[in-house]
Amino acid sequence: MLGALSAFKLEVLYATGPENTTMINKILASAQEALADVHDGATILIGGFGSAGLPTHLTDALIAKGARELTIVNNNAGNGEQGLAALMKAGCVRKLICSFPRQVDSWVFDGLWRAGKIELELVPQGNLAERIRAAGAGIGAFYTATGFGTELARGKETRRINGRDYVLEYPIDADFALVAAETGDRWGNLTYRKTARNFGPIMCMAAKTAVAQVHRVVELGSIDPEHVITPGIFVKRVVQVERVRYDPTPAKRGEQQP
Amino acid sequence: MNRYSRDQMAQHVARDIPEGAYVNLGIGMPTLVANHIPQDREIVLQSENGLLGMGPAPSAGDEDYDLINAGKQPVSLLPGASFFHHADSFAMMRGGHLDICVLGAFQVAVNGDLANWHTGEADAIPAVGGAMDLASGAKQVFVMMEHLTKKGESKIVERCSYPLTGLACVTRVYTDLATLHITAQGLLVGDLVDGLSLEALIKLSGVKMRALSTG
Repeated sequence: MLGALSAFKLEVLYATGPENTTMINKILASAQEALADVHDGATILIGGFGSAGLPTHLTDALIAKGARELTIVNNNAGNGEQGLAALMKAGCVRKLICSFPRQVDSWVFDGLWRAGKIELELVPQGNLAERIRAAGAGIGAFYTATGFGTELARGKETRRINGRDYVLEYPIDADFALVAAETGDRWGNLTYRKTARNFGPIMCMAAKTAVAQVHRVVELGSIDPEHVITPGIFVKRVVQVERVRYDPTPAKRGEQQP
Repeated sequence: MNRYSRDQMAQHVARDIPEGAYVNLGIGMPTLVANHIPQDREIVLQSENGLLGMGPAPSAGDEDYDLINAGKQPVSLLPGASFFHHADSFAMMRGGHLDICVLGAFQVAVNGDLANWHTGEADAIPAVGGAMDLASGAKQVFVMMEHLTKKGESKIVERCSYPLTGLACVTRVYTDLATLHITAQGLLVGDLVDGLSLEALIKLSGVKMRALSTG
């Protein structure tokens, strides 16, 4: 009995607490440390809608880590030269799964795609969200009306249910999720800020290892349980980062691109 | 030939959105509709990136890039606003909770087929966003678009030649020449622009239409 228990290894990090008790502590000192085990070929969910909620400290650490041949899941295809765009520019990304790659300031992706250097799986945004949610919720596949009869449903199973036509869609499982949240505690409970929430909560659920960058780490119990948006069970690692005010200048520069 | 301005088209759409409606305005021309909703009519705007109760653009200096709309532009909140994650946001569309969406389009067919996500050209980067979810999920799909392409071809067509976004989903099309109601009885025309006859509109469009009975 004891043997079976000891073979059961928990994938959480423990720190030594007062009086030599151990306690759950998912707070890590740096983004680099939080991504130290990312392997080549990993599938990584990256939160954000445009720049809102994009975990740029974590994407920078991913570039520094140097993992290659990554499959990245994000709503967009990068903005300007920072964040996801920088990750693609560094040559780390083999495939992008996204809903809306065509933006005025997505020239890094545009160049790679036109040169055949990156694979694109285009997914309707609601299917992207639901496929991520399904992965987190243990759903094997689901039928959705979105995309029925269009090019994006070509070759997929369909079924008529109660007179309506549906397409079978599969979950997007991932090795890692990188999300930007507002507040975190050592259990991994998270709150978000305004529309920067977007994909964060469902991506944390869908990955084997969810890593959150937060602007504030607070004492356990400081977040009102009524206000916890992502319960800590879905989060493995939390890193505190400086708040960077988003600079829209690169986007404006992008509008002058041909 | 007279044409409605984009603001006049937006006025036509705003006129037809009833009190209490939950509405998603697509990026581009549809965002103008928000400027023409009467102050005393309570309508709740949804933004696909997780916001209900979206308000107008903030004044200069008050922009918060954590508070943006589907076009990634800064917006504001109205009293009663709420935030939610992406799966909930799209459940509002896919679950049939959204009353009206207003979208742009490349083409709309007489049966309500919509083409608005891809021109199909080899070097064009395809992007779909939430268009297919809105097309299949919203109770009413309104389209705002120019009636003719720059080359003068009708964007109201018998069958779409561009890749489809949704099948038989559009219920109304607001153009710079008229408003077209897509019904089981075919296309019915209202808001015909001054100086254009129904016969002339039919000739320009190349599809069957008849006047909307106003009686």
